Amino acid sequence: MTKWLGAFMLECKNIGFYYNRSNWLFRNIHLSIERGEIIGIYGKSGSGKTTLAKIMANYLSPTEGEVLVDGEKSNHSEVYPVQLIWQHPEQAINPKWKLSKIFEEAKELDQDIPSILGIKEEWLNRRAHELSGGELQRFCIARAFHPDTRYIIADEITSMFDAITQAQIWHALIRLVKERNIGVLAISHHISLLERISDRIIDFNQLKGASEKSF
Amino acid sequence: MHVYELNHETQEELEKIQNNLLLEVKNLSLTIERFGKGWTRERLYVIRDFHLKIHHGEVVAIVGASGSGKSLLADAILGIHPKNSIVDGMIKYENELLTEKRRKRLRGNDILLIPQMTNALDPLMKVGKQVKTLMKQNNHQKAVKQIFQKVGLDPDVYDQIPSACSGGMIRKIFIAMALASEAKLIIADEPTNGLDYESIDEMLFQIKMLEKDNKGVIMITHDLEAAMKVADKIAVFYAGETVEVVDKKHLKKGGKFRHPYSRALWNALPQNGFIAIDSTQPSATEKLTGCSFAKQCPKATKKCKIEKPLLKEISHDEMVRCFYAGM
Amino acid sequence: MKNQYLSIDFDSTNYKRRILWKIIGLVCLFLLVALSGFWIGEEQIEANMGEKHLSPSLDHPFGTDWLGRDMFFRTLLGLHLSWKVGLFAAVISTVIALTLSLLSSINKFFDSLVTMLIDLFLSIPHLVALILIAFVLGGGVKGIVIGIAFTHWPSLTRVLRAEILQIKSSEYVHISKKLGKSRMWIIRHHYLPQLAPQLFVGFILLFPHAILHESAITFLGFGLSPEQPAIGIILSEAMKYLTMGMWWLVVFPGLSLFGMVVIFDALGNNLRKLLNPN
Repeated sequence: MTKWLGAFMLECKNIGFYYNRSNWLFRNIHLSIERGEIIGIYGKSGSGKTTLAKIMANYLSPTEGEVLVDGEKSNHSEVYPVQLIWQHPEQAINPKWKLSKIFEEAKELDQDIPSILGIKEEWLNRRAHELSGGELQRFCIARAFHPDTRYIIADEITSMFDAITQAQIWHALIRLVKERNIGVLAISHHISLLERISDRIIDFNQLKGASEKSF
Repeated sequence: MHVYELNHETQEELEKIQNNLLLEVKNLSLTIERFGKGWTRERLYVIRDFHLKIHHGEVVAIVGASGSGKSLLADAILGIHPKNSIVDGMIKYENELLTEKRRKRLRGNDILLIPQMTNALDPLMKVGKQVKTLMKQNNHQKAVKQIFQKVGLDPDVYDQIPSACSGGMIRKIFIAMALASEAKLIIADEPTNGLDYESIDEMLFQIKMLEKDNKGVIMITHDLEAAMKVADKIAVFYAGETVEVVDKKHLKKGGKFRHPYSRALWNALPQNGFIAIDSTQPSATEKLTGCSFAKQCPKATKKCKIEKPLLKEISHDEMVRCFYAGM
Repeated sequence: MKNQYLSIDFDSTNYKRRILWKIIGLVCLFLLVALSGFWIGEEQIEANMGEKHLSPSLDHPFGTDWLGRDMFFRTLLGLHLSWKVGLFAAVISTVIALTLSLLSSINKFFDSLVTMLIDLFLSIPHLVALILIAFVLGGGVKGIVIGIAFTHWPSLTRVLRAEILQIKSSEYVHISKKLGKSRMWIIRHHYLPQLAPQLFVGFILLFPHAILHESAITFLGFGLSPEQPAIGIILSEAMKYLTMGMWWLVVFPGLSLFGMVVIFDALGNNLRKLLNPN
């Protein structure tokens, strides 16, 4: 059993990143997320949380260190097992598309996902500008639940929405994640939200700080 | 039926309040017409029935769901709404009807909008100069730098161009502009969006600073928590309507929101109950007959589905739109 | 106490409808001219020595020339030919522009290659490059079409390239990539739908350029051969007779050419307004 637990993890090993050589955004980040676990991470804006999210979802390559998905480096050409959900859904959906195409994009989506997320039939025929941000974000979340997804990074996914929408989205997301045994890294500045949704909470500054000492 | 105790204000007091009135909006509606499928036209009732009163030296927060048409509110008040829309209703500024002509004159002078986008500054002009142009008297660099210090900006920012500033800094620059100007009414569209916890507190503090300057501030936001921290009054906006206006004093004394939607919003906050009611707002294309919240409301009766509740006044400027408010 | 302050008519819908009518009108007008060429037979422009040098009348609205040919039908045929040349040239140009702009999206190397080509072609004056290409290919319709097609792609390519660059950096394209979508899938589903309006408008706006250049180099004698009824030929022939006071030989064909160009330009601009309201 312990062997299994060790293997099914999203691991950041010694990650460091800079845009500019003289100024590391962060270094020596160690972080691991188990399958089925929700980890909350908070910190100031501009501290590099989003950059870390992008590195973990393979949008950026780390300057040093590596990200291991279930013990191995993942392949580029396939569906990446770590999916990132962005803060602004209106930028994450092609404005020319009808929303039904989002499901086409993430083919083989489980039948019950749209209804759990509260996606209504009549939204499918519309385009992005005809729906509100909260409604669009549900599509973005649905898309992230591709059958090959094993981990999800949620970067401030509800910070633009009102409390009811936020609660609805997170209740649905937690249910989907637990049913499918998916690991989640939830990034937010909203600590009381993280307290509600996470199994474990990490202060990003501490995560950075801990490593700074070991420089 | 629950009966409210009306505040007994003397004639004199009422007059004083009336004189202090900065902006009054009644029955404001905004309808957009656009092309639906093919060449059919479709009407969007973005704002259906909006009411608001704001006095000098007061912060009123308009709290509503994302996609409830909040951001068009500011545009409707300022008269910069999209071309394909009609605005109807009554707006009074300092007890005088706000006509198109008058609005043009006031816009940017007496009434200032703090936009949500951070790309609203002139990208080529030094930040300090842009603030300075708003000042009528005291037109010195020094005065601007003093204001910068007040809002927590480094005076050196004066010589920077907007692209060198972070989003948080730009928001502070907007506040500095509001302070520098002679505007009496500031409309801030989602001022806390995308800010982290500390920056939100800082922003709220700065909004308070505007209030102390005897300016009226309308803060449009989806964040009930931030609204409760800073506002004197909270207007709750749902499906294009004002459903409730509540004084913060009432909440401070332990009172609850009166409208079921506001209560649901409050209960959905992570620190309160994180309860998600099963709801989506009626879409703007729907013509509503009954109460806009009837379908989602736990207390809705037959009456709610047929008859539209009017906005009842509870005290001088507290209002609620519900047959069974407070029960 | 209500005051209804703002304009009651919903401006933008009427505006859209107005533009649509304009477009329909322009298309009809244009089809009338362009397709008329198919009906005009040889007999209408036969030489008729009995009716030489006639000034405009009801029988011959544009007058007749030194061989007694009806100038009205000659002009229509000329426009028809110009339209065909324009069509071919614009299609080829648009295809080149699309191919190159997609090529530039592959990686930095191809991008700088394409940018270099654009700059190279833009640095040579159109007419000079056009004359060179047409001359090398031996003139005629083929020479002109290829010449025009190969000189008119750069500006459209530049527009398309900028558009693709923007789409490429958008979040939804990144997400598609992470969902394992291939480059072809992204081109088909993300790039092409967003490029379609630009492509279409670009294509329409290429016409007037193509037509004017065709006439210009034909007039200069590098283009179509004298027996073809092109506007450029009509104009250059007419120059000799202008001094004899036969103004109609130049004025009507010239105006018709101008009219055709204006129609296309208006069509392109109106389409652009309809497709991207900003």
